[in-house]
Amino acid sequence: MNIFDNVEALSVRVPDGAFVALPPEYSWVPASLARALIVQGTRDLHVLCVPIGGITVDMLIGAGCIGTLEAAAVSLGEAGLAPRFTEAVQSGSIRMKDSTCPAIHAGLQAAEKGVPFMPLGGLIGSDIEANRDDWRVVPDPMESGNGPIALVSALKPDFAIFHSPKADRHGNVWIGKRRELMVMAHAAKETLVTVEKVVDEDLLADEATAAGTLSNLYVSGIAEAKNGAWPSVLHGVYEADREEIATYAYEAKTVEGFQAFMERALTHTRLAAAE
Amino acid sequence: MSCQPEELLICVIADLLESDPTVRHVAVGAASPIPGSAVLLCREETGDRPRASIIHGETNNPFTDGAREIFDCAAQGRIDAFFLGGVQIDGQANINLLGTMGEGGYPAIDRRFPGSFGSAYMYFVVPKVILFRPEHSRRVFVNEVDFISAPGVSARDVHRPGGPKFLVTELCLMSFDAERARFRLESVHPPHTVEEVRDNTGFDFDVADTVLVTPEPEADRLNVLRSRVGVEIGHTYPGFASRVFGIEPAK
Repeated sequence: MNIFDNVEALSVRVPDGAFVALPPEYSWVPASLARALIVQGTRDLHVLCVPIGGITVDMLIGAGCIGTLEAAAVSLGEAGLAPRFTEAVQSGSIRMKDSTCPAIHAGLQAAEKGVPFMPLGGLIGSDIEANRDDWRVVPDPMESGNGPIALVSALKPDFAIFHSPKADRHGNVWIGKRRELMVMAHAAKETLVTVEKVVDEDLLADEATAAGTLSNLYVSGIAEAKNGAWPSVLHGVYEADREEIATYAYEAKTVEGFQAFMERALTHTRLAAAE
Repeated sequence: MSCQPEELLICVIADLLESDPTVRHVAVGAASPIPGSAVLLCREETGDRPRASIIHGETNNPFTDGAREIFDCAAQGRIDAFFLGGVQIDGQANINLLGTMGEGGYPAIDRRFPGSFGSAYMYFVVPKVILFRPEHSRRVFVNEVDFISAPGVSARDVHRPGGPKFLVTELCLMSFDAERARFRLESVHPPHTVEEVRDNTGFDFDVADTVLVTPEPEADRLNVLRSRVGVEIGHTYPGFASRVFGIEPAK
């Protein structure tokens, strides 16, 4: 585990073609790390939304960073449809692996346990299942009387990436009740985290903080990023910037509008990278 | 007292929850202010039922074990009612949340919508799923959906404790019979008519012997809705509370 000086030191660790797990916008999305991936010109990522995506994944798609996307849904919530996602799927410019929320959670849980797949209820008769060659419907091998059951393959990302209010100097990361971040980190080979602040307290020393802390066992790199989830919410620290997201929703409807928006949004990221 | 279309729909859904004593815990998914208000109204009127778990935001959100908890909770039978919608819904209650398909079908997409969310699971495990889609038109209510995010009915050997029970739209209330895989028109909201429902529905459905006129909410009920429920749902959906109830968020 290393504590790096800047976000770019994390982004360069993610190579083209990497399989990356990303939290939803309401669960501490690493927006500034995603902007650093865009600036460095990352290509052909396989992104897993855990389990849904918003403005951050839409920007990665618009910037041409994503080759394959797996998600249960992508939208800008109250701001409407995700414009670059919508265009990319309609034109076929990214490969879409459509899923459903609990199947993504179950796939990550299989990876946590080191087993190749996980059984899951529902799914049978859905066209999602019919189009997934990495899922199966099998007769119940235990003959428990519940009929056929679906199996979903383990999801083993190369990287889990997220943002957090704080980590300690040992690299233990506060996640609070955002337990999907814990599952992502357990399932992934490496976890890279941006934080608002590296703090002096030991997060594992007190059971009250330890219960909401991801151990440094799973963490390979941390860097401070002030407002690192902006324009999305960081619960308890700042609210979502609804105006910024609404502006994006409107401007990113066209390729030109998206590029103009990103030109502004990336100015700070570029300056930081040049330092 | 005149009421707004949103208020009527809230009351229709609240009645479906109130009249069924088995509904003790209702979960509300993303972007669902009308179903969310209905659950809170039901709780106000019964005094204690149901428990309301609204996953959008922090208010009335009891989950502490991450995004998977609601699904595990539902699979154990701890959630009695849930709401789903669709870009398209067909006469067998198949729902499509993904979009309309292009030439040759999926994965060729004509118009893409966000995606299936948890529907392919919740539709199977929650006993009382209420389909809610305000727009009542032939582009929504089609003879056959382009893509089945979740099927309305399943083969007998498939474990399925849950499924669709009702459909609420801007025009009417329908019930769904899984044995026959058919909807039945139960009531029509004033001033609409059975003919209007038929003209705007792309699938065949049964019609109750007596189709009721959906009762308009009484003044007392609207007062509760516009005060206590409005304030409470405003914590989760401030824009909705402001637009429909004129309640601005507390500073």
